[in-house]
Amino acid sequence: MGKAIREAYGEAICEIAKENEKIVVFDADLASATQTIKFKNEYGDRFFDLGIAEANLMGTAAAFAREGLIPFASTFAVFGAGRAFEIIRNSIAYTNLNVKIALTHAGLSVGEDGGSHQSVEDIAIMRVLPNMTVVVPCDAIETKKAVRAVAEFVGPTYLRLARPVVEDMTKDTTEFKIGKGIVLREGKDVCLIACGLMVKEAIMAREELKKEGIDAYVINMHTIKPIDVDLINEMNKKCKLIVTCEEHSIIGGLGSAVAEVMVNEPHAKLKMVGVKDKFGHSGLPNQLFEEYGLTYKHIVDLVRRSI
Amino acid sequence: MDFEKKSKEIRKTILQMIHDAKSGHTGGSLSCVEILIALYYDVMNIDPKNPEWDLRDRFIMSKGHSCPALYAVLADKGYFDKSELSKFRKIDGHLQGHPDFRKVKGVDMNTGSLGQGASIAFGMALASKYKHNKNKVYVLLGDGECQEGLVWEAAMAASHYKLDNLTFILDHNGLQIDGTNDEVMSLGDIMKKFEAFGFSTYKVDGHNTNDIISALKEEVSYKPKFVCCETVKGKGVDFMENNYKWHGKAPNDEELEKALKCIGD
Repeated sequence: MGKAIREAYGEAICEIAKENEKIVVFDADLASATQTIKFKNEYGDRFFDLGIAEANLMGTAAAFAREGLIPFASTFAVFGAGRAFEIIRNSIAYTNLNVKIALTHAGLSVGEDGGSHQSVEDIAIMRVLPNMTVVVPCDAIETKKAVRAVAEFVGPTYLRLARPVVEDMTKDTTEFKIGKGIVLREGKDVCLIACGLMVKEAIMAREELKKEGIDAYVINMHTIKPIDVDLINEMNKKCKLIVTCEEHSIIGGLGSAVAEVMVNEPHAKLKMVGVKDKFGHSGLPNQLFEEYGLTYKHIVDLVRRSI
Repeated sequence: MDFEKKSKEIRKTILQMIHDAKSGHTGGSLSCVEILIALYYDVMNIDPKNPEWDLRDRFIMSKGHSCPALYAVLADKGYFDKSELSKFRKIDGHLQGHPDFRKVKGVDMNTGSLGQGASIAFGMALASKYKHNKNKVYVLLGDGECQEGLVWEAAMAASHYKLDNLTFILDHNGLQIDGTNDEVMSLGDIMKKFEAFGFSTYKVDGHNTNDIISALKEEVSYKPKFVCCETVKGKGVDFMENNYKWHGKAPNDEELEKALKCIGD
């Protein structure tokens, strides 16, 4: 019953490496935290530590991709997407090289380490880059499928991974396809579009709303880019209201990606649950979700007020 | 090969290209001509007919703004048609303002963002070792570029991984956009710095092609190599030499005529 997304990541790269000899893994002195340590232990000759040097981590991964290999580059989201941003921009995205940027400890759920380590901007800054695909899995089961999918997919990809242990929201049989959102729960009145850890909150919100006679779809939008335009348009036709739910700033993240689709539709009604232009701080993940308005209760409340 | 004759040809091509483009980086392109000649006409194991050959030596133009020199050499080696040169920096051409391997045959990696090439060259040298390939990787850095932290991240990693297939070459012309290195941000003793980072270091006259070739051919074991080429920015054109104002300026018709005359045949 659930495990940490980063742990699933570590296991997945080992499983895939068995079948695909082009997979190599890079880390920046955080292997035990990002869980690439599993790969290091099993495939020592295919693992390279670059030390605490994130820009060189991304440059090296770009070079290996240029040399025909499939590099996974891992560190914390705040450093990988943040400090190394321009290297990702010019050496990976602009060149359209097949690098898998798999960053863990994304979002407020980092918890106790505080605001310096809680990335609330990484989806926005990765999504804005041409050629970049952005995937945010919601649980360990989906993470395994997502890692496999991005390894098979050719092109620069950002995989956003959370730190905590999470309950499984998807099943082994749930189909995972990059760019194709998953209808986790059928509904009628409103549609909750969530990614990452917020998928669980959206499912819980649905149960609450049901008690009040509001029937909500729950979409697991694991790919933020390319976003599933058809599914958003379909939901917009079927529902009175769409609510996006993300553990990220409401500026530039999933909500913005959905808004960019809906802006072309008449009668669109969209609300966003997310971090409201603020940095995080130390605390337990559940305390932070409460304070920053990221729980199912906040979703329920927003639906009530908006419908 | 008559290196002097070749360097005159390349310099004239560079000036013509930048003149035609009405923009580009003249000074730093002229300072690295002999370095590129040493690499492309002697040192490197390459095949212009097979630019993606896995066993080729790699060259990364980390000071990407000096790409007119690289393009002039690549065209001369036959990687692409010389008619492309007049379309440098233009909307209908392939030759971008900074190197782009997706658009130009013979370019091993995009550069332009300073420091980037050092990291890429390190990664390629590590990848060559990983693939058990015997090829070498050369990267050309500007001196102002060595102010970038990424150069030193890559340098530290290169010696950590004992990459004796990797050579950092410095085009040490002493000038950058805003003035001299010492005015903007002094490099200090750059030889000692690279030595301290674990490199085997060499210093040569960067306009003596034979000396550059000798230094590049020195065999080293279990450590990367650093070759400091002492150069003159704007080399070959008296009114451009040692003048930082020619870093990013294109010659007009009159200046081009004077410059070409200055270089001679």
